[in-house]
Amino acid sequence: MEYFLQQTLSGLANGAIYACVALAVVMIYQAIDHFNFAQGEMAMFSTFIAWQMMQWGMPFWLVFPVCVVISFAGGVVIERVIFGPIHNAPVLSHVIVFIALFSIFNSLAGFIWEFTIKPFPSPFPEKDVLGTNLIAMHELGMIGITLVMLVMIYLFFRFTPIGLAMRAAAANPVSARLVGISVKWMLSLGWGLAAAIGAVAGMLIAPMVYLEPNMMLGILLYGFAGAVVGGLTSPGGAVAGGFLVGVAENLAGAYVIGSELKLTFALVLIVGVLLLRPAGLFGRVVVNRV
Amino acid sequence: MAFLEVKGLEAFYGHTQALHGLDFELEEGGITTILGANGAGKTTTLRSICGMVRNNGSITFDGNSLIGKATENIVRLGIAHVPEGRGTFVRITTEENLRLGAYTIKGAKNIADAMDRVYNYSPRLKERRNQQAGTLSGGEQQMLAVGRALMLRPRLMLLDEPSFGLAPLIVKELFEILRSINNDEKVSMLLVEQNATLALNLADHAYLLETGRVVMSGTSEDISSDEAVRQSYLGY
Repeated sequence: MEYFLQQTLSGLANGAIYACVALAVVMIYQAIDHFNFAQGEMAMFSTFIAWQMMQWGMPFWLVFPVCVVISFAGGVVIERVIFGPIHNAPVLSHVIVFIALFSIFNSLAGFIWEFTIKPFPSPFPEKDVLGTNLIAMHELGMIGITLVMLVMIYLFFRFTPIGLAMRAAAANPVSARLVGISVKWMLSLGWGLAAAIGAVAGMLIAPMVYLEPNMMLGILLYGFAGAVVGGLTSPGGAVAGGFLVGVAENLAGAYVIGSELKLTFALVLIVGVLLLRPAGLFGRVVVNRV
Repeated sequence: MAFLEVKGLEAFYGHTQALHGLDFELEEGGITTILGANGAGKTTTLRSICGMVRNNGSITFDGNSLIGKATENIVRLGIAHVPEGRGTFVRITTEENLRLGAYTIKGAKNIADAMDRVYNYSPRLKERRNQQAGTLSGGEQQMLAVGRALMLRPRLMLLDEPSFGLAPLIVKELFEILRSINNDEKVSMLLVEQNATLALNLADHAYLLETGRVVMSGTSEDISSDEAVRQSYLGY
């Protein structure tokens, strides 16, 4: 029983990270109808920037928000400079640019900081929660920070005028321009937000998987699985999907398939959902009248 | 110089030229209608004014040139476009739709006043303020589209086939509201309609379009009493 609880809770902790990645992927997907394959590498790069700042002596509590802001700005710049100009290009062009971005960030990180793994400090103390060994403080922190961030994002989209404008720009760009919304800038804002979310995810998972340029590869896959399971049209669904995948992956690895096949499990999940229920658990089925 | 002046307007969809040198104008405070059969270029004309299609020529609004400006900046000059098919944001509420209409308006009081004015014109919209906009009836969505346009306090309102798909009684009600808006809010209107009788009833001036060119223009009385127009467009 205790083992089950441990696996579930650590599954939730991992799931929190997958939920962040899933949310970032779905946000961009809703805005431009394309998967940001480079999401993980952007997050990894942000985490390296945070590491570098700490090497220069900045304390973690300062590094965290500064890194988030830098990543936000980076996301805006990437959209303005790279994806804005190819907005109306065909799918393949987008895919190629995403893959290029993936390679560039990966290689650049390796070039600047080398491919050797580095430890990344956790802001949370090393002890167990409440004296039990059900969950570590850092894992609890992962869940907690993620939840706080998700609530803030929800409130932003639901209750602020800019949040409403961003939703409108994604839902109906033509009508959005007709009420004076600059859809171009809403897109950039969306990218900035996605990049910022990615940075948070990276900084939270790095203590556990160790910092190196390839650290986000597996996590991106799980994040995709979470987004697909939850439904690509539903940010809330993506978050739920991320947590679900985290728990499912851990429990499957613990009881059924062993830890070597955990990543395979994610791939099987993606293919399975796309075959059986492509809209995901919470997504909308889009019906087009011809 | 007229309030809205269009000279030599050409518009293109890719390589296809839809407008071949359009000339027309609108005086401030007036209602002008653009008539014509399917494919004549009526919707394209409205889209050109709003910068939504590639175009050449000259469009001047209150002294400002509109050619080359982005849609969102044209809107900020005071032009509201009620698009073909209403363009409702279907997944959010009626009131959120109206709030989006006021995106360019500063001041909570101004926005609240604008919303009250819209609800005055259509109490039914007020009843359905928290309802998801996509579940409104066609007539209500059309009224919502007009309301959303009104929220930005426009000087000119472009309307693209507002009567489309609506029952005659609803259309009558809608056009009466349009007349009130023109009178009370001093909003000039450029109306594109396939229903020529309705349009000529509301408008002061009319332009007749055929394959991207103006073929006739005049006051509504002149146009409706023209023999050729009556036979081709008014059905008697």
